[in-house]
Formats: sequence, C-alpha cells, structure tokens
Amino acid sequence: MNNNLLNYVLQISDNAMILGHRLSEWCGHGPILEQDIALTNIALDLIGQARSLYQYAATVDGQGKTEDDLAYLRIETKYKNVLLVEQPNGHFGSTIVRQFLFDAYHYAFYKALVNSADETLSAIAEKSLKEVTYHLRFSSEWMIRLGDGTEESHQKMQDALNSLWAFTGELFEMSDADTSALEAGYGVDLSSVKSFWDEKISEILKMATLEKPEEAWMQSGGKQGRHTEHLGYILTEMQYMQRTYPGQEW
Amino acid sequence: MKNWPLWEVFVRSKQGLHHKHVGSLHATDEKMAIENARDVYTRRSEGVSLWVVESKHIHASSPSESAELYDPANDKIYRHPTFYDLPDELEHI
Repeated sequence: MNNNLLNYVLQISDNAMILGHRLSEWCGHGPILEQDIALTNIALDLIGQARSLYQYAATVDGQGKTEDDLAYLRIETKYKNVLLVEQPNGHFGSTIVRQFLFDAYHYAFYKALVNSADETLSAIAEKSLKEVTYHLRFSSEWMIRLGDGTEESHQKMQDALNSLWAFTGELFEMSDADTSALEAGYGVDLSSVKSFWDEKISEILKMATLEKPEEAWMQSGGKQGRHTEHLGYILTEMQYMQRTYPGQEW
Repeated sequence: MKNWPLWEVFVRSKQGLHHKHVGSLHATDEKMAIENARDVYTRRSEGVSLWVVESKHIHASSPSESAELYDPANDKIYRHPTFYDLPDELEHI
C-alpha cells in the first residue's frame, strides 16, 4: 500500500464529500426552487467526485474496504478535508462565499491534476473539471450579484467574506501528502494554484464591489485531521445510519 | 424574489432537432435564466442547447377565439396527405 498516495486521494475526496454534504443540507431550504435545485446539483456533483475518489482510495488501500467504509466509518481525526468546507452554511450569501472561495481553488487544482502522472487521478480530474467549471461560474455570478446588490446584501457578503477568510490559507498549505505527491509527479503544486486563486478572487471581488480582507492569521489543521467542532456534527448525521445498522444497504 | 420575472424555457434535445418548450422558471436576468434552466431542465441529460425567453414577450392566441381560429380546419380533411397510395418500396415518408 502506498500511504502517501492514499492520504493524497483522501484529502481530495474528503473535501468533495464534506462540501457536498454541507450543500445537501440546502435541499428543500433554498431561497427559491431554482436555486434549491442548483445547490443540490452541485452537491450531487461533489458527492459523485467523492465516490470516484473513495473507490480509488479503497483500491490503493488494498485492505478490502469499500467507498462506503471510507465515507461512513472513519472518525473525525481521520478526515483530511480543509476546514473551509466544513463551515456551516449560514445564510445563502455565506454559502455562496464559501463555495466561491473553494470553487476558485478547486478549479485550479483539478486543472493541474489533469497532468498527474497517476492515470486514475488524471481521469477523475478531467471529468470533475467540467463540473467545477460550472460551479465556479455559478458562485462567481452570485458573488457579483449579491456583493453589488443592495446595501444589505453587500454588507452580508462582506461580513461572510471576512469571517471565512481565515480558512483560505490552509488551501495552499503543503501537507506531507501534498509534498510527496508533487515529488512523485502525481500531485499538484499548490503555489501555482494560489496564483490563479489570488487573481480570480481579486477579479470577482472587484466586480462584486467587495473588499479583499487583509492578510491575517490563518486557521489550519484539517489536512492533519484537526478539525473545527463542526465536522463532528456533520459526521454524526452523515454516518448515523451505517453506524446504527452496520452493513445496511439500499 | 416574488418580483423576479418569469421565463419560458426551450430545450434542444439533440443536434438537428428543434428547440421544444419544456416549462418556465423565475430569474432576474437572461444569464441567470440560462443557468437556472440548465439546473432545472437539463440535469438528466435532456439537452444540448437552451433558449430562454421572458414570458412577457410571448404573445398567445386567446382561448375565446379558438372557434374562429381552429374549428374551420376540422372539416378539411383533404389538407392531410392521406389519400395517396404509396408504393411499398418508399421509405421514410
């Protein structure tokens, strides 16, 4: 078993899984029917990506586990998603800010991962990139619409941006898995992802008439399994069925 | 959001076919209307192209006029090309 590769795949899939689950919480609660469907579409894209990646992780792991074991039977400290994706939905605007900050990263990340020396990762990246291109378009437009909207919507967006900003630094921190992946030729150089991200964020914030928060202290720890309190609640709900009725199937 | 205009959505299911009306939705402008239409009407691979038209731009015939508009066609069956015997070897007609 290649432990670095396994951790690397899990980092990517946990991001998709947790953000997908977060967005699925909007199902039936969207501000209007059309946006409800849009958010749950994105949730389903992300959960689909997580499935492909967990299936691959299970193969790499080589211990007879399935995608479901990885999603439903790992505890908090084994999850490697970044802290940003586990943050609560808040109002529609703060969900959009979280989505936009992550989409800009996700897009550049997959775009680079297409060139991975690992054929499976490259193929998953290529398929996911199409989905994420749309996610980024969707969240960018809502950033502009709400940021450059009414006084109230502008203020709400700025507040959400300021409070989520501390979770953006971690996106570009190279974990051990990131570093070894890059060295082995199957990983992504996060500094190049960051330059795309910086540019995209500045461009959209400008159009949205929002202020880019000043560089301040950044939260981190997700990639090492040190999470905010929110992840525990997500997993409790997400894993409840499998833990209460082990091995249950549809 | 109650004030968001209504849009009619047309989907082309594959290249070469015409766009077909599939329903309507709310959106603030044409860009959002296209995105909403994509999410609401094409997520099960229903289409390869979308049109949206603000509903207020669609002019409809009035149901009260249907007698004068459509009934006269009812007794003119000779307008249907059903009186010709076609040879068996003709296909695609």
